[in-house]
Amino acid sequence: MSQALDIARHTLLDAPGLTESHLDQVMNRLLSHQVDQADIYFQSSRLESWVLDDGIVKEGNHSIEQGAGLRAISGDKTGFAFTDDLRLDDLLSAAGNARAIARAGQSGQIAVQADKAPRALYPAINPLDTLTEQDKIDLLRKLDAEARAADPRVKQVIVSLVAAHDVILVANSEGALHGDVRPLVRCNVNVIVEHDGRREQASSGGGASGALDFLLHQDRALGYAREAVRQALVNLEAIDAPAGTMPVVLGPGWPGVLLHEAVGHGLEGDFNRKGTSAFSGRVGEQVTSSLCTIVDDGTLEGRRGSLSVDDEGTRTQQTVLVENGILKGYMQDKMNARLMGVAATGNGRRESYAHLPMPRMTNTYMLPVESDPAEIIASVEKGLYAVNFGGGQVDITSGKFVFSASEAYLIENGRITAPVKGATLIGNGPEAMTQVSMVGNDLELDSGVGTCGKEGQSVPVGVGQPTLKIDQITVGGTAA
Amino acid sequence: MTDTTAQPRNELTHLESVVADLLAEARRQGASSAEAGVSADRGLDVTVRLGEVETVEHTNDHSLGVTVYFGQRKGSASTSDLSPAAVKETVAAACRIAKYTSEDPYAGLADAARMAYDYPDLDLCHPWDIDALAAAEIARACETAAREADSRISNSEGATVSSQQGAFVYGNSHGFVGGYPSTRHSISCSVLAGTGDAMQRDYWYTSHRLPDALEAPEAVGKRAAERTIARLNGRRLSTRKAPVIFSAELAPSLIRSLLGAIRGHAIYRKASFLLDAVGQPLFPDWMQIHEDPRKIRGIASAPFDNEGVATAPRELIKDGVLQGYVLDSYAARKLGLETTGNAGGVRNVTVSQSNLDLAALLRQMDTGLLVTEMMGQGVNTVTGDYSRGAAGFWVEGGVIQYPVEEITVAGNLKDVFKNLVAVGCDNRIPGSMDTGSWLVEQMTIAGE
Repeated sequence: MSQALDIARHTLLDAPGLTESHLDQVMNRLLSHQVDQADIYFQSSRLESWVLDDGIVKEGNHSIEQGAGLRAISGDKTGFAFTDDLRLDDLLSAAGNARAIARAGQSGQIAVQADKAPRALYPAINPLDTLTEQDKIDLLRKLDAEARAADPRVKQVIVSLVAAHDVILVANSEGALHGDVRPLVRCNVNVIVEHDGRREQASSGGGASGALDFLLHQDRALGYAREAVRQALVNLEAIDAPAGTMPVVLGPGWPGVLLHEAVGHGLEGDFNRKGTSAFSGRVGEQVTSSLCTIVDDGTLEGRRGSLSVDDEGTRTQQTVLVENGILKGYMQDKMNARLMGVAATGNGRRESYAHLPMPRMTNTYMLPVESDPAEIIASVEKGLYAVNFGGGQVDITSGKFVFSASEAYLIENGRITAPVKGATLIGNGPEAMTQVSMVGNDLELDSGVGTCGKEGQSVPVGVGQPTLKIDQITVGGTAA
Repeated sequence: MTDTTAQPRNELTHLESVVADLLAEARRQGASSAEAGVSADRGLDVTVRLGEVETVEHTNDHSLGVTVYFGQRKGSASTSDLSPAAVKETVAAACRIAKYTSEDPYAGLADAARMAYDYPDLDLCHPWDIDALAAAEIARACETAAREADSRISNSEGATVSSQQGAFVYGNSHGFVGGYPSTRHSISCSVLAGTGDAMQRDYWYTSHRLPDALEAPEAVGKRAAERTIARLNGRRLSTRKAPVIFSAELAPSLIRSLLGAIRGHAIYRKASFLLDAVGQPLFPDWMQIHEDPRKIRGIASAPFDNEGVATAPRELIKDGVLQGYVLDSYAARKLGLETTGNAGGVRNVTVSQSNLDLAALLRQMDTGLLVTEMMGQGVNTVTGDYSRGAAGFWVEGGVIQYPVEEITVAGNLKDVFKNLVAVGCDNRIPGSMDTGSWLVEQMTIAGE
């Protein structure tokens, strides 16, 4: 048995006084109606956050969440209940509510057994304890000082530091018991700069699955402070962004939010089972330019989007979504995989025990091709070069997606010229991706900042891509 | 929610005792002052898709949050566990945090004199005696109405009936303790029309404190279908500058952008495009924006704010002029002002309206864009720069010509507010932002 599973059993069964036989009792209550699939998801989370603002360590918060979500599925019907009390009575009562979705009748007796250990993609540690409180505070102060020292035009700095320790245990109707310990850390620096009465802001940050040392390694977090200042100063010089359809070159790394919105969501199994996605029924068809190979990979070590097992206990994997432009498959949780007659891909995720799992992305990125990034920029006569983005959004049915640039430049005659103000880019997923005409050799993943929202649930995700060119996409500036 | 005896009013006494325990524990652990908020909510969500029950979710949430002060240093902690052991542990966590935060001369509870020691019952609690079976019947009626409204409706994401009831108690070491039960119910529906590359999806919903005040499920379904059908065969527009109407469903997002920029926390950080704007005309002189936090049965109503400060109606914009910022006690102290009872936000906003319904507003615009959907963030509160994805309808001669999509609307919010031409009387949702559609003189539309 793995260390993670040991910790999970200790935290979520032993500590609240539950035994294996209690677990069997709750599972058998769930299965006492005709259900195809059932699970019990135990979770204990501790989250600590610190905020430095206006030059002082202003806020600190510690939160403790614990509970269990119980789910029974019959066909495509799901019954769900949760409890924040891990007492046997509460679990049995929640099981009774969840199983009511299915018709009365027995689906079989189950004894739950521990599963073989998956490979660990991150250490089974509590990241809250990986730095002393004083060291955390010192880090915040150091980043504030670094940003302020970087340029006299820096007027305001907000630094945030978050560490989360998430212990989960999933027992399912196949009789398996899976555990995971998920350490997540995240740091962000936001600055406001002012010059000649003009103010601008920018943010930079990063994170990982692991210890807080990640932020100290090679002064990584100091880099966030310097990067936030650099971006904000660029924005002080920005002119109005252009309006209209034009060639756009996207930088490597975080601009991969393009893939997340334009392709990723539309390839989640639930939408495709229901036929509500613009990509529904298109496996085997060409859906992007042949330069694009796009994967979702939950197995990258130490990344915030990675999981040793997903929230249904399925091991994560690298799933090829698009290969040389051809749609290969969808991202699946167990229920949608079963209903579509395919294998689960380790993409069953949930925000917490109080939410239902559904197919979600992990780390979604495009593989590199051979173009030199300089060559890609040089190929554009008049267009936009966008290197940093805020969030995005997609309507998976119509395929329309947006993402908002926070650092962008004009390209004129093959050269990067003036910085432009933030602007929203809008396109149609399947159509925009056929417009990808050059893909660089410089694949980068983002710095660990992504959070994805779907049906009100947030989960950490990663994105990445090489520099790439889209021949035609609409840029929503004001300079018409 | 089959257990109708579990009325949220009965929770109040329990939650009040948890708050009292928290405050006593904070004192015991050495805090010079403390405040705590506790809530308990339970609910039922039932979704029906293509005529069949798809999900039945029983929710049962608890949360407890405490902030302790040791002089001018503070620490916070929260948990979902209301047990006595958790109370002790949570207070200890908050006290530990407070050892490391900085001395902050502006930190502390709101002024004791501002507490809502005597507050009215705002009639926010109207439980819905409904079980999963009955909820499924309503959802089915809603979805069926949508699917049968038009032969072009091709698929569905289902209809959901949701009913939540809960109780909230806040207390602090001034001796203030207040609480109230509340309910919120909704019916929503989302359907698709068209096939293949030409699919569209849209939705409609109704939400209210009273189950009886919800729109009929059939009306919600029918409206969802109409909105979806109207989007079929959308075209793009060439890039241009034109007048824009933000529909009554979207105008609240402009109000939220305004409120975000006049929040005290944005002002003292100088992270707003509306610094030093109090007393300045931001809108044309006919514009009035009013906050009514004690509206009876209001969806955002509260008798006191998140610091126990009595809420009161106020003018935010009077004759086009900004009357004041949106302040909690912290931001107020930073700015040398008094709290406006807005800890936790602005509650129930009403915008003055003209006598123009949407048709009249379209006639007044003559040629331009009616925006009915926006996508993405694209609002920069520091500069006011605005650029968002949009879909809607192109209007000529005051009449809708065709649906448009895959375009953006951009400008600066200062100009949007200043060049507002009219606000319609086509208010649709009895939500926390009560406004008709907004006609703006000109924005940049990016397209082909």
